[in-house]
Amino acid sequence: MFARTDRGPLATWWWTVDKPMLAAIIALMFGGLVLSLAGSPPVADKLGLDPFHFVLRHAVFLAAALCVLLATSLLDRRAIRRVAIGVFAVGIVLMVATLFAGFEIKGARRWLNLGAFALQPSEFVKPAFAVIIAWLFSEAERRPDMPAHIIAVGLVGLVVGLLVLQPDFGQTMLIVLVWGAVFFAAGMSWRWIVGLGGLGVGGIVAAYAMVPHVRSRIDRFLNPEAHDTYQTDTAIEAFLRGGWLGQGPGEGTVKRALPDSHTDFVFAVAAEEFGIIVCLIIVALFSFVVLRGLMRAVNEDDDFARLAVTGLVALFGIQSLINMAVNLSLMPAKGMTLPFISYGGSSLLSLAYGMGMVLALTRRRPRGEARRSPAGRVVPAQPR
Amino acid sequence: MAISNWPGIPALSRLFMRKDTGGRPVRRVADHGRRSRSRVLLTAAVFALGYTAIAGRLLTLAVAEQQPAVFLATAADAVSQARPDIRDRNGVLLATDIRTPSLYAEPHRIYDVDEAIELLTAAVPDLDAGGLRAKLKSDKRFVWLKRELSPEQRDTIHNFGLPGIGFIEENRRFYPSGRLTSHVVGHVNIDNAGIAGMEKHIDTMGLAALHDAGLARDESQAPVTLTLDVRVQHALRDEIMTAMETFSAKAGAGVVLNVHTGEVLALVSLPDYDPNEPATALEKEAINRITAGVYELGSTFKAFTVAMALDSGEADFSTTYDARSPIRVASFTINDFHAQRRILTLPEVFTHSSNIGTAKMALAAGIERHKEFMHRMGFFERPHTELPESAEPLTPARWSDLASMTISFGHGFSVAPIQAAAGGAALMNGGLLIPPTFLPRTQEQARALARQVVQPSTSDMMRELFRMNVEEGTARKAAAKGFRVGGKTGTAEKVVNGRYSNSKLLTSFLAAFPTDKPEYLMLLMLDEPQATEQTHGYRTSGWNAVPTSGKVITRIAPLLGVKPVLD
Repeated sequence: MFARTDRGPLATWWWTVDKPMLAAIIALMFGGLVLSLAGSPPVADKLGLDPFHFVLRHAVFLAAALCVLLATSLLDRRAIRRVAIGVFAVGIVLMVATLFAGFEIKGARRWLNLGAFALQPSEFVKPAFAVIIAWLFSEAERRPDMPAHIIAVGLVGLVVGLLVLQPDFGQTMLIVLVWGAVFFAAGMSWRWIVGLGGLGVGGIVAAYAMVPHVRSRIDRFLNPEAHDTYQTDTAIEAFLRGGWLGQGPGEGTVKRALPDSHTDFVFAVAAEEFGIIVCLIIVALFSFVVLRGLMRAVNEDDDFARLAVTGLVALFGIQSLINMAVNLSLMPAKGMTLPFISYGGSSLLSLAYGMGMVLALTRRRPRGEARRSPAGRVVPAQPR
Repeated sequence: MAISNWPGIPALSRLFMRKDTGGRPVRRVADHGRRSRSRVLLTAAVFALGYTAIAGRLLTLAVAEQQPAVFLATAADAVSQARPDIRDRNGVLLATDIRTPSLYAEPHRIYDVDEAIELLTAAVPDLDAGGLRAKLKSDKRFVWLKRELSPEQRDTIHNFGLPGIGFIEENRRFYPSGRLTSHVVGHVNIDNAGIAGMEKHIDTMGLAALHDAGLARDESQAPVTLTLDVRVQHALRDEIMTAMETFSAKAGAGVVLNVHTGEVLALVSLPDYDPNEPATALEKEAINRITAGVYELGSTFKAFTVAMALDSGEADFSTTYDARSPIRVASFTINDFHAQRRILTLPEVFTHSSNIGTAKMALAAGIERHKEFMHRMGFFERPHTELPESAEPLTPARWSDLASMTISFGHGFSVAPIQAAAGGAALMNGGLLIPPTFLPRTQEQARALARQVVQPSTSDMMRELFRMNVEEGTARKAAAKGFRVGGKTGTAEKVVNGRYSNSKLLTSFLAAFPTDKPEYLMLLMLDEPQATEQTHGYRTSGWNAVPTSGKVITRIAPLLGVKPVLD
């Protein structure tokens, strides 16, 4: 494809990008399209749309997402930071806008109407946030005089505040967890870990005490006998009906009963139609991407790259774990998409952006490659 | 880490990171790098654990036996068992299973209760919205919403496509002939188990055992054919109903037997009930009077007394009985209704229905022989047919001369009409007492079960007497032109508060046709018939039960293939 001697940007990308991870990500993306064929027609039907309405849109978003993924993976580290700051800033502005101009779905204002496409700005804020936090923590290490931690705390406060106003507790939790993961990887002391952990538990307890729907979800999980556990029961039934090999494509029945069969419960739909073996393959792909990304981070010398990859991969991994755990009744029901598999334009594009950055940051570099300072001056790489 | 010195932002920054404040930057960074790497490794381990948990859960679900859905187990218990069809002798359907859909819900599967209630109440208007809400919101896994929907309702609800709402086909017993054959066919309970009539008998024949073994699910069970002929049944019922109306009788009953096989062609007991509404069977008046009621049949019983006298060989048609004066025994006087006040020959005793004459026949026979003859006729035993409803005869506790005399004309001895009919058939068919049956039987099979109770010559004489009685005796109004009807009338006074009442009567007629070669025997009764203008104030059998029987025979004889002889 490319000659080893070719030093052009595409050739360099080809020889340095983590091809197994790229393959796994693309496999997940196309798997999502196939599962969309199973999960979304009943939903479209319920909404009175053409049965393949969501499938077609999914395909269109997938093409766009693929472009975003590849384009982002071409960026170098400085460009990644710059783009992240831009995306983050625009995202925050749009999040503020949703509070005033957003339309309400099921009691939450999360979307901005852009004609044919409803944009969920918080989706794009998440990966940009992870990168900025990682940059702040890595800078704090190198330049202790910079108020990086204060800014980091401020940013978390800003994003969480905007998310709570929507309200969107799932994304709030995700943002806090990603922040915690980056902070943890940056070498936070155990005292802080315990303290923040306590704060997190306190937050969940507070949410349980004060937010009725959070309470009802947790109650339902802890005491399924006494409550209506229709969605999770139906999901489990889907796994049982599917067995090893599934009922066959299009043979699923549970998807007609599950209200979010193309987004939150696509994993269960996949199990019923394609079987648990396919589910295990999906789990394997996710764990491969996450663990390979984190192992790359472990071996990464650059603080920023290590922390950013950790944050982005954590975002991806946490989301996949929560979604699958909810589908399998291992966790209280929480609306969270399964990365790349679930239907959702904003989610797909944001994940492509995030994982594109992971691919860019994990590209192999010569050990001694010069590192640019924020000011653009060429400085020698940090001694080891 | 010292929080006490708080010089500003750099210190705050230091607060987050444990670092060797005294060390040189190079060492610090290397140290930090190592720590950070191990932290990322730890994060990776946590993720690995998480994915392992997910995979483990998936594996347990893959190997888990899929439990049958709750409703299947519940439904299997709820579905009624299949039963065979019941038909009359010509194949007319009397009882059949129809599969009716019943509506159930699995409340935990319904996610929009309001929508479900709205649609269901629209489709089935007699569903109560409040009750429905309570059921659909309940914690139960399975609730019946409506048993027995119409096919249209089923289709409508099916097309709503509501999750958690389903149908189970249940067997429901249906009796197309309704009241017409209620007492013979019987009925079933809600679980389709026979509780009366032939339905119960079918269960005792082994169907219940099949049900218990779960083998009677299919509808391919061989139909059960009865001896009934619904055409005959209808004619008999129709005429008895008309008679009850005409004579304001409180009840009526009738049975038609084939004298050669004992097959019951028709059995009517009015008032009857609708087996499609089993509750109506509980009314006290709805009992089966033919098998489950016992009655003093009055003069009809004289046929047996006369047969006894003739069969003994000590009497013949020339034997005479002094009926000039009533018999007085203690405070009891035996008198004749159609008093002739002269010496009567045996046929005259029969045709004038002389109480005095038959009492003297009984006295001539003696208590022991009279008793023995009643035993021979089976009048001491509970009648045995397929129908579970039967009654023990009421026999005298002490058989005195007086008892013998009253029994000779049908008082002081109560039998079920089916027994009297079987006895009557024996007098007509050459002397064979054949147990009546509701299941088809050939003449050979009947003969194997039969018992010779009177000599064939006695039977011949009885046929002659029966015919004579219609031609010139008390049963003249039974003349059905061309069918050579013969018979014996009976008008019994009912016992009211322990005394015979002369105002409450039970009239009966035991008829056989054609008398030259009897094929069928009919016993018909009317309970408390009243006098009308047409009867000139009479309430006796000859004015009500007899003409009714005549009309019945005119209608049924052609159906039964009896050729009229018109001279």
